[in-house]
Amino acid sequence: MTASDSAVLSAQYDAGRTAPLRRVDAAGLLITLATVLGAVFWAFPLYWGLVTTFKPEYEVVRPGVALWPEHFTLENYGHVLLQTNIGLWYLNSLITSVAVTIIVVTMAAGAGYAISQLDFPLRRFFWWMILASFMVPIPALIVNHFILMSQLRLINTLAGVVGPQLIAPVTVIIYKQFFDSVPRDFREAAVIDGASEFQLLFRIYLPMNWGITTALAIITFIGAWNLFLWPFLAVSSEEKMNITVGITQVHDAFGVQYARDLAVAMLAALPVALVYLIFQRRVTQAIMLSAGIKG
Amino acid sequence: MIRSRRNEIFVAYVLMAPFIVVYAVLFVYPTIRMMQQSFTNAPLIGPGKWVGLDNFWRLYSDRLFSVAIWNTIYFVVLSVIPSTLLALAVALGVNRLKGWSQSTILSAFFLPYILPVSVVFRIWSWILDKDFGVAQYAIAPLNGGQNLSIFRTIPLFMPAVAFITMWWLLGFNVLLFIAGLRNISSEIYEAAELDGASRWDQFSRITWPLIWPITVLVFTVQLILQLKIFDQVYLFAQGGRVDATMVMVQYIYKQAFQMNKGGLADAAAVLLFLLIVVLSVLQFQLLRARGER
Repeated sequence: MTASDSAVLSAQYDAGRTAPLRRVDAAGLLITLATVLGAVFWAFPLYWGLVTTFKPEYEVVRPGVALWPEHFTLENYGHVLLQTNIGLWYLNSLITSVAVTIIVVTMAAGAGYAISQLDFPLRRFFWWMILASFMVPIPALIVNHFILMSQLRLINTLAGVVGPQLIAPVTVIIYKQFFDSVPRDFREAAVIDGASEFQLLFRIYLPMNWGITTALAIITFIGAWNLFLWPFLAVSSEEKMNITVGITQVHDAFGVQYARDLAVAMLAALPVALVYLIFQRRVTQAIMLSAGIKG
Repeated sequence: MIRSRRNEIFVAYVLMAPFIVVYAVLFVYPTIRMMQQSFTNAPLIGPGKWVGLDNFWRLYSDRLFSVAIWNTIYFVVLSVIPSTLLALAVALGVNRLKGWSQSTILSAFFLPYILPVSVVFRIWSWILDKDFGVAQYAIAPLNGGQNLSIFRTIPLFMPAVAFITMWWLLGFNVLLFIAGLRNISSEIYEAAELDGASRWDQFSRITWPLIWPITVLVFTVQLILQLKIFDQVYLFAQGGRVDATMVMVQYIYKQAFQMNKGGLADAAAVLLFLLIVVLSVLQFQLLRARGER
């Protein structure tokens, strides 16, 4: 297209558009307004839950909608931190989630590399099994996971909480896809230089896909921290509970205390909220990858 | 050459070993045991006698099981369709924005998604609380000026939980739709505008057909996810009439952990298992068809 062509085009474009432009923009403005209002509506429950935790209990149960506490207080947080088991639950959640993350990522990187780059007997069988396990609903296995864990004497232990969470086919699938797309030249050059398979994995394939490892680790951590059903089944003693289970299953002896209950909830959400806010881009990338969209 | 080939196989199995152990012990074995045990009258812990298809016949005639199936389907219908459509609408709205305003608005929709279900439960039981919940200012006038306990009113239970689930998970769908919208080249819209296509024409002739594969993806992912619903329904029904709002996973939980009927629970689990595997295979085929295009 020449310059004059494009000038003619854009002149036509402008002429054709000026009249309807205003009307269209009004509709566009309306759409934007609706989106913003929707976002406010979506954010409100979180805000309302958070702001309630800074109010003294008598303000919490007062009629009316106070968007900001009259007497700002941290007493609710002080109470739950000192008077409940939350510290222990936090520690349990942290230990199990970190363990799940490390084991899953290590295991998936190894398996993903072997299936992507190496030729060995049963390779196709294992790949097929990973794809198949992607389809299996884990909640259908709760009964037999429980039986297995009790046979292994792991009920009411943190190891028992970790166990069934290690089935993570998506992580292997994503690693394989990314290792597949590393150019063969890198591999051949390194092999000529006498690199072993382990060196190839740790010096080339993993460093080249460092971003994917971070993304997968973050999303695995968030998933493990948030999991409810299995930790709820695997643990019945208060000292071994995860925070997601503890805050819903253990009740204050003093009856319902709205602000305190919410303060515990906010503390439970804090790590994942922080991880999300710090690693926003990685989180969204990992989510799209796990849904099968390369981002 | 033979040495290096042997070495390759050795390395491969060293790398695969953790995966193979975990899958054999935690995935293959429990799956096989689930199927075996569904034909026995085993309690939760301990052996049982082979009873053939007895458990399946009992499920067939158990009223509670049909309630659980219907509630699950009801929940899926209430949550999957609205959240797919709303997510598309939100994505279209968010996609029009630019820069920091886009990321702020997107965060507002996405933040609930990363919360643990227990936190979602706490926040919404406070908002809808019968005595002091802020939502009662909107609910009471509709209920003749009386405050209403949403989660103790059976007809309102599933719609409320479905709505809360939509609030919780919408961000995920929005994200997928936005990724899809960004893949549509802006040149197509520019060409359409030159031809004088209206906003609606652009949506119905360009956006909708091109975003359709993502719509199918979002829909099927939600469908499979929501058939496995347990957490929210269990938490909000705590202390209420649990049986009336029972869903399938909750039925498995009840039979196994409260009634001590491992065999019967596994029979129900096998049915859920088969249902989801069939749907997943269909989804896989759909995705593959998309990938090949």
